[in-house]
Amino acid sequence: MDPLRQSPSPSSSRASSPRTLSCERLGYVGIEAVLDQLKIKAMKMGFEFNIMVVGQSGLGKSTMVNTLFKSKIWKSTMPGLRVPMPQTLQLHSVTHVIEENGVKLKLTVTDTPGFGDQINNDKCWDPILGYINEQYERYLQEEILITRQRHIPDTRVHCCIYFVPPTGHCLRPLDLEFLQRLCRAVNVVPVIARADSLTIEEREAFRHRIQDDLKTHSIEVYPQKSFDEDVNDKILNNKIRERIPFAVVGADREHMVNGRCVLGRKTKWGIIEVENMAHCEFPLLRDLLIRSHLQDLKDITHNVHYENYRIIRLKESHALPQGPGWVNLAPAPPPAPTGTRASPGPAKMCRWAEDNSDEDF
Amino acid sequence: MEAEANSGSPEDSWAFIQRPGEGCRTVPLAGHVGFDSLPDQLVNKSVSQGFCFNILCVGETGLGKSTLMDTLFNTKFEGEPATHTQPGVQLRSNTYDLQESNVGLKLTIVSTVGFGDQINKEDSYKPIVEFIDAQFEAYLQEELKIRRVLHTYHDSRIHACLYFIAPTGHSLKSLDLVTMKKLDSKVNIIPIIAKSDAISKSELTKFKIKITSELVNNGVQIYQFPTDDESVAEINGTMNAHLPFAVIGSTEELKIGNKMMKARQYPWGTVQVENEAHCDFVKLREMLIRVNMEDLREQTHSRHYELYRRCKLEEMGFKDTDPDSKPFSLQETYEAKRNEFLGELQKKEEEMRQMFVQRVKEKEAELKEAEKELHEKFDRLKKLHQDEKKKLEDKKKSLDDEVNAFKQRKTAAELLQSQGSQAGGSQTLKRDKEKKN
Repeated sequence: MDPLRQSPSPSSSRASSPRTLSCERLGYVGIEAVLDQLKIKAMKMGFEFNIMVVGQSGLGKSTMVNTLFKSKIWKSTMPGLRVPMPQTLQLHSVTHVIEENGVKLKLTVTDTPGFGDQINNDKCWDPILGYINEQYERYLQEEILITRQRHIPDTRVHCCIYFVPPTGHCLRPLDLEFLQRLCRAVNVVPVIARADSLTIEEREAFRHRIQDDLKTHSIEVYPQKSFDEDVNDKILNNKIRERIPFAVVGADREHMVNGRCVLGRKTKWGIIEVENMAHCEFPLLRDLLIRSHLQDLKDITHNVHYENYRIIRLKESHALPQGPGWVNLAPAPPPAPTGTRASPGPAKMCRWAEDNSDEDF
Repeated sequence: MEAEANSGSPEDSWAFIQRPGEGCRTVPLAGHVGFDSLPDQLVNKSVSQGFCFNILCVGETGLGKSTLMDTLFNTKFEGEPATHTQPGVQLRSNTYDLQESNVGLKLTIVSTVGFGDQINKEDSYKPIVEFIDAQFEAYLQEELKIRRVLHTYHDSRIHACLYFIAPTGHSLKSLDLVTMKKLDSKVNIIPIIAKSDAISKSELTKFKIKITSELVNNGVQIYQFPTDDESVAEINGTMNAHLPFAVIGSTEELKIGNKMMKARQYPWGTVQVENEAHCDFVKLREMLIRVNMEDLREQTHSRHYELYRRCKLEEMGFKDTDPDSKPFSLQETYEAKRNEFLGELQKKEEEMRQMFVQRVKEKEAELKEAEKELHEKFDRLKKLHQDEKKKLEDKKKSLDDEVNAFKQRKTAAELLQSQGSQAGGSQTLKRDKEKKN
């Protein structure tokens, strides 16, 4: 349980200060029925999840999304088709509602074709950061309305999957730049894409090198060490952190292996099964994202990243400090071209550092 | 369907296509993905954070509020019974940590002390309304802070208000009506008939009907159990018809049959608390805790708190306008208010300055007056002094004249004497001299 506040109740009511006592229970009351009530309420409202996939073209992002959610979310680009290379980085977003066992999930996937594909990739992360901040801005605007909706639609990006090309060496400067900037604003999960081109030993070596790179540049990817709540979380998350980045293979075709129908990639030298832990780590990624940590991703986005953005915005607007004042937001910085965007980046990082020091998560 | 819109000139460094939310379609799944564990993930998170629930008990002294709380939560909460001699209504609040299997509940019970005991009860509802507003205000302050920690904030807003009605058997008291009318837009009110073992069954039905009709006639909105979700619609619907619940509280356990049960023993029989035929305690417990606790909390947050927030912010003069001019109008309003405030300050300053100047003038005039008076007095005194001096001088002069005259007479007399004595009687002269001397 979180530590209880010993603050006295407001003076105007002349009530005595609340003391917290543990009481001996003499019989069954039925408090745990509130869990069922919560479940019913959650299932009625449905869930929302927004995910973003970032990586160079040809790394299998669309296929990966389709494999993750076992449906044709995206028409994956077939090799050989002349796809006109986008001249600028464009963000492309689709929303679907998927249902499983009565649980409705509104899934939004944002793709970034054109990332890292130009000759000069300077500031190619700016549009992505701009999009993420725009979603935060939208939520913030809704939240500070006087008459606001019961349930604010949540379009904030909960998770960003970054596809690292399987060079086998180490992280490239583009990867490092991007990861550094983005891990302050959103939960980033790096994965080694197209891992079927690496042998198992090469994979392990690559993974260790990437982990070292991340540590050297103090890039905190999800699950972040500083947000572990208690010992159990730490143990669980440490196990995950050992395996990050996952080496994944995506496939949306089914083949027959030993009489079973499995998703896999068929090559001349064998069939790579996507769901087989010995072949690739796709199940780990899927379990992390969907089966165990989805709610945690949303919570960290809401409680940490969104709050940080809010603090920055409110300070920018010279808001009245705490007290019965209201907020007037300066007009949101427009999604400006390259020049002006550089400044919020490092500024955010400094603020992150100062937040981190005095807040305990 | 995905829609590609060319929404940007090549000069823009990026263009965003397809806002999420438009063109949502349902996609069939080809296998088990696994997000049906989402509700469980959510529940696990909530369990680790813990729940909090705040109940406000409003009712006259001696109606059994503390006993009912003890009975509801099966424990002995501390606190002594209040006297009837309170000068005003006060609220007493206690927070407890309850644990049942793996669920921790932080329960806050607030009860009124001295409600209905005064002779003049016009202001009895005010401390209660102020308390509820203070809790909303505290939450609003936390929400408006720049650096806030809402997810670990101890929510002290009142989720449910149990209003205890005295078992007169006739109708609601006017104090009850007034108080409930003031509270119904701020909190979820659940009216209950306390100490209902004092009413017989037939009287009870009539009493309930009378109470419900009075509440409806006066437009008091009590909390209705939600009937929109199928799983609880039926039970909530029937319970809505049984409002207000007639309850009895007891913490004593008596052996009835071969079980220990909570009951009250009278010479003419025993009233069992958990027997549905005897009282509605079980219904109250079901509704309050087992079925609708989450809904009570949600209503408090999304309806009552939002209303308070809206009123408070509008009071301060802020309005929403259409989305595209929102930032500017807020800014304008803020600027206008600020200027107004500064203007007022300046005006006040001017007033004060003028008043100061005026006072100084008055004081100066007074002082001048006093000075003038003083001068006059001084002149007067001086004149008096001079007159006296003159008089004294005159007197002195006359005295001197007398003395001179006397001396002259004396010398003249001596001369005559000396002339006379020379002729013959020098002895008599001597004798006269001696006499004279």
